[in-house]
Amino acid sequence: MSAFLLNRLFQSIVLLVIVSIIGFTVLNLMPGGPLAQFGLDPGMTQKDVERLAAQLGLNRPLWIQYLDWAWRLLQGDWGHSFRDGSAVLTVIGRHLSATLLLMGTSTALAIAAGTWIGIRGATHRYSLFDYCATVGAMIALSVPTFWFGLVGIYIFTLKLGWVPAGNMYTIGDGSVLDYLHHLILPSLVLSLVHVAIWSRYMRTATLDALSQDFVKTARAKGVSERRILLKHVVGNALLPMIALAGMQLPSILTGALVTETVFTWPGMGRLFLDSLGYSDYPVVMGLLIFSAVLVVLGNLIADIVIATVDPRIRLA
Amino acid sequence: MTVIVAHADPARWWHSRAVRRFLRHHLALAGIAMISLLVLACILGPFALPYDSLYIDLRARFAPPLTGHHYFGTDPLGRDLAVRLLMAGRVSLAVGFSAMLLSTLIGTLVGVTAGYRGGWVGAALMRTVDGFLSYPSIFLVLALAATLRPSPVMITVIIAVTSWMETARIVEAEVRSLREREFVQAARMVGLSRAHIMFREILPNAMGPIIVAASLAVARAILLEAYISFLGYGIQPPLPSWGNMLNGAQQYLASAPWLAIIPGAAITMAVTSFNFIGDGLRDALDVRNDHI
Repeated sequence: MSAFLLNRLFQSIVLLVIVSIIGFTVLNLMPGGPLAQFGLDPGMTQKDVERLAAQLGLNRPLWIQYLDWAWRLLQGDWGHSFRDGSAVLTVIGRHLSATLLLMGTSTALAIAAGTWIGIRGATHRYSLFDYCATVGAMIALSVPTFWFGLVGIYIFTLKLGWVPAGNMYTIGDGSVLDYLHHLILPSLVLSLVHVAIWSRYMRTATLDALSQDFVKTARAKGVSERRILLKHVVGNALLPMIALAGMQLPSILTGALVTETVFTWPGMGRLFLDSLGYSDYPVVMGLLIFSAVLVVLGNLIADIVIATVDPRIRLA
Repeated sequence: MTVIVAHADPARWWHSRAVRRFLRHHLALAGIAMISLLVLACILGPFALPYDSLYIDLRARFAPPLTGHHYFGTDPLGRDLAVRLLMAGRVSLAVGFSAMLLSTLIGTLVGVTAGYRGGWVGAALMRTVDGFLSYPSIFLVLALAATLRPSPVMITVIIAVTSWMETARIVEAEVRSLREREFVQAARMVGLSRAHIMFREILPNAMGPIIVAASLAVARAILLEAYISFLGYGIQPPLPSWGNMLNGAQQYLASAPWLAIIPGAAITMAVTSFNFIGDGLRDALDVRNDHI
């Protein structure tokens, strides 16, 4: 187990280095580079910019600049927001919980619905249900999340008046129920695509598990179909789904950004767009790196969980 | 030196098993029909409608669908929505299609090189693929689009450089499994150059998965363009695209819902078509089913 862990940890570190190189490249593509904030300042001459560049070491070779930048990232110095001067990590921290709440709820919804649809599709293969689920999943994968959100607001807020159109809570209320009320529509919208993905994978995984020898053995022993499904099939089918949850992280984050915009949800996605609008490059860069680090860590955790549950993987 | 390749008669490709299997796939045929209809409408439609996509008519603002000749109504500036939708379709489909071509090219080059060379070159390339895949695509695309001047060509390039990784992974796996096969060893033995072996001997055998990935890549590129244009960082007005037609539609959702519903339906239709076609191609070309 520890060999597996060390190996996996090493891979993640290598990946983080590559991720940071990609991020650094994007940073240097930005107009004015790290000095962009002063480019628009009329109180600063070209001479000042050059002097500052020398002072900040921007005239050094790129790889030294990279090492310096990466070292500061490691120490938690991610720069300061152009907007209010507070540290980038503090700004991200203020918006993290809203995004995690939205992502967590919609992922839970997607797993529950997707697992059920996938298993039912596999046990009733080629039935009307299976066919509708397959076609439905492919259409769901094609619907732009923001459009689904707009249609949802149109129907459930404007026509039916069931749920609020946006924000995370009503100012002056803020009870748990109020939060939940605001959470329903955005988390449903965000989960649609993932229900589709989840149910497709779950169907394949269940079919795979159903064709295994231990299912035949159980059937030969006279175990009931229901018990076979719950005890032997679902467990085995769910295992690869843990890895899928890790793999889906980038697309969940992408969906979260769009959903947050439509529903004015005060999370990282909104922060990213607001910061883009203000040309607040330190925060944009910070969020870019942060989202990738989140994905790398998420995948690492998924792998560790699988290895803990499934001895075949850690011993292989 | 002539290399004899056993090919089915190329003039009768439509008799092949793959084509027959594709034609039996109802969803794929529906996809072909829908996308042909959409492309034809986008190319010919604007000539048939009595409006210009940029003609502003403030007397006709917010006309609901089926007002006079405004079949889909008008937008907040009184421009005809139907003709704008079709002109936007030209832009969105062109961006989606070109982004697919470029990303498939990049992905194939990286995948073939990594798969055939292996060793540290292959490892470095594939770890770069992992690195790019760790970024949620929209964060990377938005950061780049906000930084670089967003012309349609630049948007295409940005979408392509952030979505070539899937293809690279698929091609790399395919090439790695073909690398030690007899026909490659034979080619090596007769002294063919590395480039010739990589692109003329191995690559044609990996075309199936590449074609499937490409059809899904069009769907992805159209969606990605819609996302960033919706958020205001993609195709810039007055040039219409399906995404930027939805930008600002939210504030009129109560009074003019057609502004939001119609372009979104067009995007969904186009993307669904390409996903259906991709699914049919996967079945027809017998590509393993690890991605949905």
